[in-house]
Amino acid sequence: MNTLTRLFEKKKQNLLSIYFTAGYPETDSTIKIINSLQAAGIDFLEVGFPFSDPLADGPVIQQTSQQAIKNGMNLELLLDQLKSAGSSVTLPLILMGYLNPVLQTGMEAFCRKAKESGISGVILPDLPPEEYEADYKELFKMHDLHMIFLVTPETSQARIRKIDALGSGFIYAVSSSSTTGRQDTFTSAQTGYLKRLQSMNLQNPVMTGFGIHNRNTLQTVWENSSGAIIGTAYLNALIKCRDEKQAIKLLMDRLGIEKPMNL
Amino acid sequence: MPQLINSKGFYGDFGGAWIPEMLHANIEELARAYAGILETDGFKKDFSNLLRDYAGRPTPLFYARRLSGHTGAKIYLKREDLCHTGSHKLNNVAGQILLARRMNKKHIIAETGAGQHGVATATVCALMDLPCTVFMGEKDVARQEPNVMRMKMLGAKVITVTSGTRTLKDATNEAIRHWINNPSDTHYLIGSTIGPHPYPDLVARLQSVISEEIKQQLRQKENRDFPDYLLACVGGGSNAAGTFYHYIDDARVKLVGAEAAGEGTGTGKTAATIATGSPGIIHGCRTLLMQDSDGQITGAHSISAGLDYPGIGPLHAHLHKTGRATYLAITDKEAMQAAHLLTRLEGIIPALESAHALAALEKLDFKNSDIVIVNLSGRGDKDMESYMESMAHRE
Ligand SMILES: Cc1ncc(COP(=O)(O)O)c(C=O)c1O
Repeated sequence: MNTLTRLFEKKKQNLLSIYFTAGYPETDSTIKIINSLQAAGIDFLEVGFPFSDPLADGPVIQQTSQQAIKNGMNLELLLDQLKSAGSSVTLPLILMGYLNPVLQTGMEAFCRKAKESGISGVILPDLPPEEYEADYKELFKMHDLHMIFLVTPETSQARIRKIDALGSGFIYAVSSSSTTGRQDTFTSAQTGYLKRLQSMNLQNPVMTGFGIHNRNTLQTVWENSSGAIIGTAYLNALIKCRDEKQAIKLLMDRLGIEKPMNL
Repeated sequence: MPQLINSKGFYGDFGGAWIPEMLHANIEELARAYAGILETDGFKKDFSNLLRDYAGRPTPLFYARRLSGHTGAKIYLKREDLCHTGSHKLNNVAGQILLARRMNKKHIIAETGAGQHGVATATVCALMDLPCTVFMGEKDVARQEPNVMRMKMLGAKVITVTSGTRTLKDATNEAIRHWINNPSDTHYLIGSTIGPHPYPDLVARLQSVISEEIKQQLRQKENRDFPDYLLACVGGGSNAAGTFYHYIDDARVKLVGAEAAGEGTGTGKTAATIATGSPGIIHGCRTLLMQDSDGQITGAHSISAGLDYPGIGPLHAHLHKTGRATYLAITDKEAMQAAHLLTRLEGIIPALESAHALAALEKLDFKNSDIVIVNLSGRGDKDMESYMESMAHRE
């Protein structure tokens, strides 16, 4: 069974997920980072594969992506690294990145290799649901891979329903109309939007991401959805500490989580 | 007006809207609105008045006698360089600003490479009293300083982009990111036939006035309304799209695009997307682009900032794939020579971009009776520094 599916059956709230850019700071940081986050009790991970032109990302993910590309990280290398880590990695892994690198690999080869590397699901922000439905849906079903779609405060009710029916795993609620890495406090409009999503009784759990960087934003998201996805705030900690164990400690501190969960 | 795209915004295999969900609402709003608005009598009237009285259209179709003698064909220049602000870019911005007003947009953002689109956008924003922000790569800010000054004088805010390759590609990324962060009330006024649907079609329609006028002018001058050849330079492809538009289904007319080879298509320092690119996705559009085997988009290189883009509009990817149009790669050096040649033969200093189209004349086998139209997309004032440098080398 898909490990992400199993996770959401077991755990319904206060989930915590981390995004990191594979290949940053070093080409072979991937497994060290995964191990440290697993030990800290993070529920699941988005493993980002770098792209030269990440349209939906702010400066931090742009910079880590650029460094990762310089370090020689690419999809093939990443999937090899994940495959060789084997059963030591028990938490669910999601691949996240832009469509162009995937198209150069070929969608079918990508799905096959992702499955072989133990991947549970995929997030491709620039693959529209309509194109997925027309061209790739069967492929993802065949490989038991979740396709996770984004919704934003601008997404209409009808479109959210459509996305809920088409995607699986979870729905990625983008907390505000923004690129990644904003540092503002959440507004009442943002909270209202998360509450609206909650009241829709969607079939998929809702994970909220973008701009979660402190205790306050985390608690708001935990109260109003199934869990939080943190990217930039983690990468900032990693940039500051230059050590993956120190980085997760610093992040937990900032989020007001006293002890590593589950430990 | 001929319909070139299907209902999903594709030209054959190319086009579409490959955008993150954060852009969906804005892009869908535009896609729903644009075609209807462009067809209304009110818009048509406002647009043609603005083109006539403000842009200075129709632009002349000039018979280039000495260049014809040199080339061995009957060469006409479509004088887009005489448009207000010095290039064809004004046609597009005049249309989009009217569209943005009808959609009640309060802020205008744009990307620019050579600065011609930035200047054109800043110009119509001043005219319409709308705040304007232009994103421009750091490298282009340095090499197109006069245009930066013009934008500032016109009241635009120029944001220097330091991410990635610091040229047009990254200026476009930043403009799109800004739109994601400021979705309401903002119109992204894109400068070429690139980006997600509906932009390529929107910009092509607004530029199609070029071929509409060519038809009328040729009828008067040659007693037939079609040429044997149409030549235009291709960066994102908007001046070429406008030049080709009304002739795309007319098989009597050979369509030739000139893309920037930079130092040469085999040197890695090139912007010749058709010659060296492969299918993929750039700025929300499925088209041909320059990329490495990992799918990372590579930096473009061209002496002309306006052609320095690693992608190409989906219309041109399609015309290339179907064989309807031919695309020639012109090096920096060839373009430079063609610019000097035109200047001395006809007393017209062309933009470096347009010089690529002129250089293509040397690569084609014409009959003496062939009627050839070169779209002179812009004037060379902004390129004087490059021209002076090349003259210093020659001496
Ligand atoms: C004079 C001129 N011609 C051509 C271009 C290239 O754009 P396009 O291919 O969209 O016509 C530019 C772009 O800045 C330009 O300034």
